[in-house]
Amino acid sequence: MSKYKVNLKINNIAISVDEGTTILDAARQLNFKIPTLCHHDDLCVAGNCRVCVVEQKGARLLPASCATPVSEGMEIQTNSLKVRQARKHIVELLLSEHNADCTKCFKNGSCELQEMSNDYRIGDHVFLDLVSEKDKVRDISSPSIEKDDSKCIRCQRCVRTCDNLQAVSALAVTHKGNKMRISTFLDKPMNDVVCTNCGQCINRCPTAALTERNYIDEVFDAIYDPNKFVVVQTAPATRVAIGEEFGMEPGSRVTGKMVTALRRLGFDKVLDTDFTADLTIMEEGTELLTRLKEALVDGKDVALPMLTSCSPGWIKFQEHLYPEYLDNLSTCKSPQQMFGPLAKTYYAEKINKSPADMVVVSIMPCTAKKFEAERPEMRGSGYKDVDFVLTTRELGRMIHQAGIDFEKLEDERYDSILGESTGAAVIFGATGGVMEAALRTAYELVTGREVPFTNLNIKPVRGMEGVKEASVKIKDVKPEWSFLEGVELNVAIAHGLSNAKILMDKVKSGEANYHFIEVMACPSGCIGGGGQPIPTNMEIRKKRAAGIYDEDEAMVIRKSHDNPEVAEIYKSFLHEPLGHKSHDLLHTHYTPRKRH
Amino acid sequence: MEKQIKKVDLIFGKVDYADILAKSLKRTRDEIILDVIDSGLRGRGGAGFPTGLKWKFAKNEEADQKYVICNADEGEPGTFKDREILTQVPEKVLAGMALCGYCIGASEGYIYLRGEYNFLLPSLYKQIDAFHKKLKELKFDFNIKICSGSGAYVCGEETALMESMEGRRGEPRNKPPFPTQQGYLGKPTSVNNVETLVFALMIGQEGPTKFKELGTFDSRGSKVFSVSGDTPTPGIYELELGMTLEQFVNEFGDGDTKAVQVGGASGFCVARKDFKSTLIGFEGIPTGGSMMLFNSSRSMFNILNDYLEFFEEESCGQCTPCRVGCQQLLKGIEAVKKGVKPPPYLEELQKLSDTMRIASKCGLGQSVPNPFNSIIKNFREEIIY
Ligand SMILES: Cc1cc2nc3c(=O)[nH]c(=O)nc-3n(C[C@H](O)[C@H](O)[C@H](O)COP(=O)(O)O)c2cc1C
Ligand code: SF4
Ligand code: SF4
Ligand code: SF4
Ligand code: SF4
Ligand code: FES
Repeated sequence: MSKYKVNLKINNIAISVDEGTTILDAARQLNFKIPTLCHHDDLCVAGNCRVCVVEQKGARLLPASCATPVSEGMEIQTNSLKVRQARKHIVELLLSEHNADCTKCFKNGSCELQEMSNDYRIGDHVFLDLVSEKDKVRDISSPSIEKDDSKCIRCQRCVRTCDNLQAVSALAVTHKGNKMRISTFLDKPMNDVVCTNCGQCINRCPTAALTERNYIDEVFDAIYDPNKFVVVQTAPATRVAIGEEFGMEPGSRVTGKMVTALRRLGFDKVLDTDFTADLTIMEEGTELLTRLKEALVDGKDVALPMLTSCSPGWIKFQEHLYPEYLDNLSTCKSPQQMFGPLAKTYYAEKINKSPADMVVVSIMPCTAKKFEAERPEMRGSGYKDVDFVLTTRELGRMIHQAGIDFEKLEDERYDSILGESTGAAVIFGATGGVMEAALRTAYELVTGREVPFTNLNIKPVRGMEGVKEASVKIKDVKPEWSFLEGVELNVAIAHGLSNAKILMDKVKSGEANYHFIEVMACPSGCIGGGGQPIPTNMEIRKKRAAGIYDEDEAMVIRKSHDNPEVAEIYKSFLHEPLGHKSHDLLHTHYTPRKRH
Repeated sequence: MEKQIKKVDLIFGKVDYADILAKSLKRTRDEIILDVIDSGLRGRGGAGFPTGLKWKFAKNEEADQKYVICNADEGEPGTFKDREILTQVPEKVLAGMALCGYCIGASEGYIYLRGEYNFLLPSLYKQIDAFHKKLKELKFDFNIKICSGSGAYVCGEETALMESMEGRRGEPRNKPPFPTQQGYLGKPTSVNNVETLVFALMIGQEGPTKFKELGTFDSRGSKVFSVSGDTPTPGIYELELGMTLEQFVNEFGDGDTKAVQVGGASGFCVARKDFKSTLIGFEGIPTGGSMMLFNSSRSMFNILNDYLEFFEEESCGQCTPCRVGCQQLLKGIEAVKKGVKPPPYLEELQKLSDTMRIASKCGLGQSVPNPFNSIIKNFREEIIY
């Protein structure tokens, strides 16, 4: 669509922008940053906090720049005395209904409200304190998320996130006037509602009203407990994001520095979830081929399309909203939960430790993994398989606390075993990555040849489109896979649960005929996970994705089935994919939950 | 030139609405809209937007569907004139809607009826049935439905009203886009007050001249007033616009009127010393109809306190200046009264209310300063001591 240009002046500087551009974006083009709170680049317009108001010549009211499109001849002042007074008042008002105990607050130093208060030098503001003691109760029912209404500025970013991006609508506005709040269905605790623990609301909450439950102290306690052997695993997406916690560019590849930092923090062994990502491909790829065989050869009524199961937010979404498709979920546990039981069995044996003395810590881009680790299904080793799950952000904080100068660290390597991985594993971090990794392996398994894409890069499954579809024609197969000769394998990928919903509704209506679907609960996949550094937006996520794909290309081994440690574990322990041991340790089933 | 108090009977008189519609349907839409513009009719719901222009904007939009909404939410404290109109001459309201529908090109209309007025539903449904039959005879395709309000004051605000009609929380929308561009279900919509629609119908009947001759330059025609408070003669009166408050008080006061709240809780409080110089209308103090008289027995602190309690509760709560501002104003005057804050704190609060006026998202927050500043200005002592 060709766009008309609109001419206007901002702070006396003339500019011409596309029709429909907001005043806020037009000002950005001139390098004027107008403060915002309710606005978020990922979300639909709200226009409710009003800190972004500007003065428009000839207008009685101050328009909210985030919500007002430019118009021809408009003259805008972004920092006039009138604007400054209004903005200051608004920040003061927000603080007057805010439990501003910054020094004790998890968001201290990374809070948008605090930053604004600092920018406007809100010192001894005059208005009355409206926060009462009874407002200061936190909801800590969920193992993933903490909700503290006394820190909420009612910007509704979380509501829009949960609704627009995630199609979950666990959070909604209730009441009006002075009683208006963000609440759950019937005001139930977060752990008893449809919330998937994806943490996307946390990523966008400007204050500490929504944060992850943090387990930093528990992990330090374990590290300093001489009787505990503490191993840590790191998810693929952490290594291209943790640098942001130290002011580095999004997408900076800092795998080696992260390993060094973890070792310096005192973890006994630094291992890699990427290893179990490779293992997931072996198990899940075999599962897919088995299902296809059962369907095509044995004529069995197997659940297809098969759905990936690496994303615990997606699993819970499925349990609540598409329980009739639970059989379609791959029985594979997520890589984190494959790692846990292997650490406490296979690995414990190798290093001669009792699993009772072991503590498994995960560093995850994800808040839903905290919930996942608490699931009753996740005790394959006979113990709690994963003891503590920390977000990328929490790891950043631990490194700060320990006084480690992250950026200057030398690179170190993961410990072995459970530390070796491939490029196929690292791309699990971006949307489409699991699909790509699975195709690299499955195609080769079936045909004996590499996937027919330049340099192994399966471009059609990459990128930030909400729903992606691809077909791979399988031909010249090995004799044992003759039933797949000529089959067109249809796959689809969704990231962000609202896209997952679109895809599932297509499956439900019978409109689409896929064999295999990858879903990641978070927009852009794990790189946009609910535990990743804040802020987030498309530009940042694209940079992280670029980091992921660079990391893949830089790896010597880029196909999961070529991982020597994977070969070894099948030889000496698991024996075969979907075998007896795998079944006990690496696979599980989920059960339906109600919508309300 | 000052007008004398003059009772008028445009609204409540019976007319042959079918005849008015039949004649109107023979004219072009533009002709009728021009008449409405020419008449100087401005919206009677409070904001006072020229009705003919609103229709013209809605007409000029291209869309497969457009809507007419009759705003019968009537939530402004002290206002009860729309109820009276809907009780006495509902057929005129329906005909006004149809006329609007014809002009803007809408085939569907909704009456957004205040929840407390649900007792009117049976009779309204009967009227609508009869009306639909008449329209069939006239071969005019226009269908009217009723939507029962949610009971929140803010739902009278036209965009919150549409949110509520669409099944969401009654939160006002950002403007632009205006309802005439993207209104109910995203379609061009003309939202008009009950009384406005009846006046439009009367202009359809008589042409613009008769209406235009009434009132003043900026405030043409007559207006239905809801008179309440300390008055021996409370009730509904249709009066020609242009009188001063003094004339009004002479007619309706109890001889001891110290202040009049013009325009309901969100309107202005005028003190006795200003009665003479205050014109009721757009060049003076406009009103959606509510006129509350207070005599010397009233505490203006209590009155302001009541208003602020009302707004603190009835704000939808989405935007900061209004949600928190209302609370601060309310708690603030209480603090000054109790001596917790010194009297000059009232000036801080007035500055705050100035911010609310220009930075709030909708008319509710924008008009809280009306009662606040006017009462503080006129009755400062009563607030402090
Ligand atoms: C808080 C608030 C409440 C309102 N309540 C009403 C109402 O009850 N009835 C009404 O006609 N207009 C009400 N309005 C004005 C409407 O938004 C709108 O301007 C009006 O319905 C347009 O009709 P008119 O042009 O005929 O006046 C309210 C406005 C605000 C800001
Ligand atoms: S949320 Fe922000 S402003 Fe509020 S206490 Fe925490 S750091 Fe301070
Ligand atoms: S964690 Fe995800 S599902 Fe839960 S409330 Fe936040 S956005 Fe919604
Ligand atoms: S919880 Fe956070 S994101 Fe949600 S409204 Fe409150 S401050 Fe905004
Ligand atoms: S001004 Fe008040 S009623 Fe209007 S949008 Fe803001 S909070 Fe809601
Ligand atoms: S950022 Fe524009 S109103 Fe909140």
